[in-house]
Amino acid sequence: MSDLAGVSSTLLYAAFLLYLVATILFGGSIRQKGLREGKGLNRWGKLAITVTVIGFVAQLGYFFTRWAAAGHAPVSNLFEFTTFFGMMIVGAFILMFFIYKTAVLGLFALPVAIIIIAYASMFPREISPLIPALQSQWLHIHVTTAALGQAILAISFIAGIIYLVKNIDQSISTKKTKWLETVMFFIVTVVGFIIVTTGFALADYSATFDYVNKEEAAAVMEYNVPALVGPNEGVLVTDGKMSPFVDMPALINAKKLNTVLWSLGAGIILYLAIRLITRKRVAALLQPLVRNVSSDLLDEISYRSVLIGFPVFTLGALIFAMIWAQIAWTRFWGWDPKEVWALITFLFYAAFLHLRLSKGWHGEKSAWLAVIGFGIIMFNLVAVNLVIAGLHSYAG
Amino acid sequence: MGKVKCECGHVNPHGTILCESCGRSLTDEAKKENLVDMRYEGSARRSQTYNKTIIDKVWNFFSSVKVGIWIIVLILVAASFGTILPQEFYIPSNVGPEVYYEDVYGWFGKIYYMIGFHDLYNSIWFSALIAALGVSLVICSLDRVIPLYRALKTQRVDRHESFMKKQRLFAEQPGSLQEADMEKVRAELKKKHYKIREKNGSLLAEKNRFSRWGPYVNHIGLILFLFGAMLRSVQGMYVDELLWIREGETMQIPGTDGEYYVKNDQFTLENYEEGEDSEVFNEAINRVGTVAKNYQTDAILYRDENNGLPGAKPELSEVKHDDIRVNEPMKFDNFAVYQTSFRQDEMKAMHFALTNKETGREFGEVVVDLFDQQAMYDLGNGYKVELLGYYPDFDGFTEEGEPISKSPLPNKPAFLFNMISPEKPDGEVSFVEIQNTMEPLGETTYKMAFKNLETRDVSALTIRKDLTLPILSIGGIIFMIGVIQGAYWNHRRIWIREKDGSIYMAGHTNKNWHGLKREIHTILEGTALPEPEDRQTD
Ligand code: HEM
Repeated sequence: MSDLAGVSSTLLYAAFLLYLVATILFGGSIRQKGLREGKGLNRWGKLAITVTVIGFVAQLGYFFTRWAAAGHAPVSNLFEFTTFFGMMIVGAFILMFFIYKTAVLGLFALPVAIIIIAYASMFPREISPLIPALQSQWLHIHVTTAALGQAILAISFIAGIIYLVKNIDQSISTKKTKWLETVMFFIVTVVGFIIVTTGFALADYSATFDYVNKEEAAAVMEYNVPALVGPNEGVLVTDGKMSPFVDMPALINAKKLNTVLWSLGAGIILYLAIRLITRKRVAALLQPLVRNVSSDLLDEISYRSVLIGFPVFTLGALIFAMIWAQIAWTRFWGWDPKEVWALITFLFYAAFLHLRLSKGWHGEKSAWLAVIGFGIIMFNLVAVNLVIAGLHSYAG
Repeated sequence: MGKVKCECGHVNPHGTILCESCGRSLTDEAKKENLVDMRYEGSARRSQTYNKTIIDKVWNFFSSVKVGIWIIVLILVAASFGTILPQEFYIPSNVGPEVYYEDVYGWFGKIYYMIGFHDLYNSIWFSALIAALGVSLVICSLDRVIPLYRALKTQRVDRHESFMKKQRLFAEQPGSLQEADMEKVRAELKKKHYKIREKNGSLLAEKNRFSRWGPYVNHIGLILFLFGAMLRSVQGMYVDELLWIREGETMQIPGTDGEYYVKNDQFTLENYEEGEDSEVFNEAINRVGTVAKNYQTDAILYRDENNGLPGAKPELSEVKHDDIRVNEPMKFDNFAVYQTSFRQDEMKAMHFALTNKETGREFGEVVVDLFDQQAMYDLGNGYKVELLGYYPDFDGFTEEGEPISKSPLPNKPAFLFNMISPEKPDGEVSFVEIQNTMEPLGETTYKMAFKNLETRDVSALTIRKDLTLPILSIGGIIFMIGVIQGAYWNHRRIWIREKDGSIYMAGHTNKNWHGLKREIHTILEGTALPEPEDRQTD
């Protein structure tokens, strides 16, 4: 049994590396314009998509071996769900690639998937047994369909961001360049989070605090990165570790806030370093990579992804969710924050479709909407899981 | 109202922009446009035609997609506010919301509560927004679907050149159609599942018209769903009750009008155990501590055969045994009974032995059922124990020395016994609580020695009936069909026409233009027909 779990981890690792290689290969292939523009894929492009598919198959291998080891589909904690989401992004990318044969899509989609999988591995990775509420076939059905829907919608974001990188004039500083840099900064910050967390994990950093929790009871909290902010009435127990600058009130989860602060700090340093060294905006750095692709095609890929993803998302994140909620929680709808944010995502994309249809919001406007939509999806995945606790929050 | 007669002879409803039949522009504005607006085929929509009476104005307001989008966005933003702090129904029930929000979240919580966001989803204004969405859905759909249907049904094969020239995909070339080319084109079109109609040397190829009905189908689904959700407030459609039931107890199931009873035979809580469960879980169990595996009530369902007979005692007949677990409710009629919560080890009965303090000899055991006490327990041979007082939730004494009980729940039971023996026929008084005995009226020879405690679990079952579920399900299914119909197919048309020594080609799709262009490219390959160009690119 645990052998199987070991094989599973190895396969995930392999998939991760293959995605990295494929990204580089896609980088080599971007001079071709995409089949729809009349030209076939070049050798790089063919190699890149082949490696991507092999990586995807490896990750499927991870998924099913872990399923066999655990006895339930590995979508039951944050690590598993987020990893699965990354895998579905690769899957959705492969799907869109075979429709539109656009290499540059891979150059952006794979890094996003890589960052998401790396982010996932920051959470506890052990195989967890299912609590009673999760013991249902609907766990698999609901979570996988919802993640697939979100992943297809993510491709819309990726095409949208490429559209913006390509079309926003970088020769002057405008509101648009600032917003686009904000998006880039967010991505850099996630990378910062991964670097900080991995760094201190490799160094085995651990500092324990005694503190007083929300219920005014004594409790213990372990930090895995040095404490900038400490828990309520926190007392550092471990010798020789950094003491926090301030203590937080009991209502705030100091450990999570501390991680956010570290990530932001690392993000700012990384981002400024890029800007200072290259003397260019991040989007301006990326611009040459996307010069050859047709804006019109990007717009269509973005829209098409929403058209394909919206029904899948609705089915998985709302309809299957309601069926399961009726069985597990006695009611199909309870205004739990996670439910509400799925509804908000649904409404947002409904608004997107209507804006395109009736107000003719194509091109740049549509691309911005795709970016915001993905922002909502990520908010639901990150903030609602970690900050706004509801019935859904997985242990972790 | 005046109808509009087109040059081609077709009579169009008042307000038509493009002739339903030949496609000529009928209004001055439409004549000036470079590309025709094909969204609703230029059909006569009520909202674009009338704007006089108040009904017209309301109709026009709600049929506007712009307004519809605003409603959607408002609902979206409002809904997000409700997730900033927990809603009223998620806060602990032992504190009133007016204190809770301020206590826990300070001034922010106070304001949140004051503006009513603690119960946002039940507020009148939120319901009003949902209602507005429903109205908008009905009106906007009616406004469009009938004219669109008419226009698509009436369309002619040989559209006027002016119509074709104003299509986004268009080509014009001097020459005439060659039959060999046309054969090829027809064959290709058929291969791609186009329906072909021809007339006077003109050709119209069309496919997936049904996808145009997708939005209307999905809106009907939504309307049905909203209607179902509204029905919930109608009496008898919806039951939501909670039943706390102890092991061994049989209770009437609330919401069933006394028809059904349930017995809790046993409640079980299981945790995952290292060694017992798969070893891959060990790491997680070690990190988190305990992880629950199963909550289960072994239930027996009864029907009261005398239900409905006034005054008759219930006569229970067993319907079925069922194990109620999370995710596995017990179902009967339209009801479902769910495992929702539990309380473990509630005290049920206490065992005492009447004991001579000096010799330690016992003269029989007294079992006090905490829910059903006797006034006197006769132990035979002149030994008796009288229960003078029972204080289930003992909380000290009054100033007069009277024991008091905080609640009727046996959380901290205490007893006032009078111990009667052949030596002390009047009895000796002893006050007994857990781990503490007092002798308020002087030293006694006997004592009530604590022997044993019986406990049992209490299970919380939720009883639901929701007759709106079938309507909601049908609404959901129709919605999904509609969305898929509109999103995964698109309505494509290709027009080919020869007139006055020129060949005209035009193409239209309601979305996904690259796909159509690609398709036309393969269809025309190897023919002399001009390939339409996209005149709307960036
Ligand atoms: C949550 C609410 C709504 C949802 C989920 C929804 C969903 C949809 C979807 C999926 C489409 C098809 C879009 C496409 O294929 O690109 C559509 C089209 C449409 N919707 Fe909605 N809708 C909603 C509310 C509304 C409202 C309130 C209005 C009216 C003001 C409206 C008016 C329309 C119109 C006019 C179309 C286009 C019809 C056509 O192309 O013939 N929708 N809707």
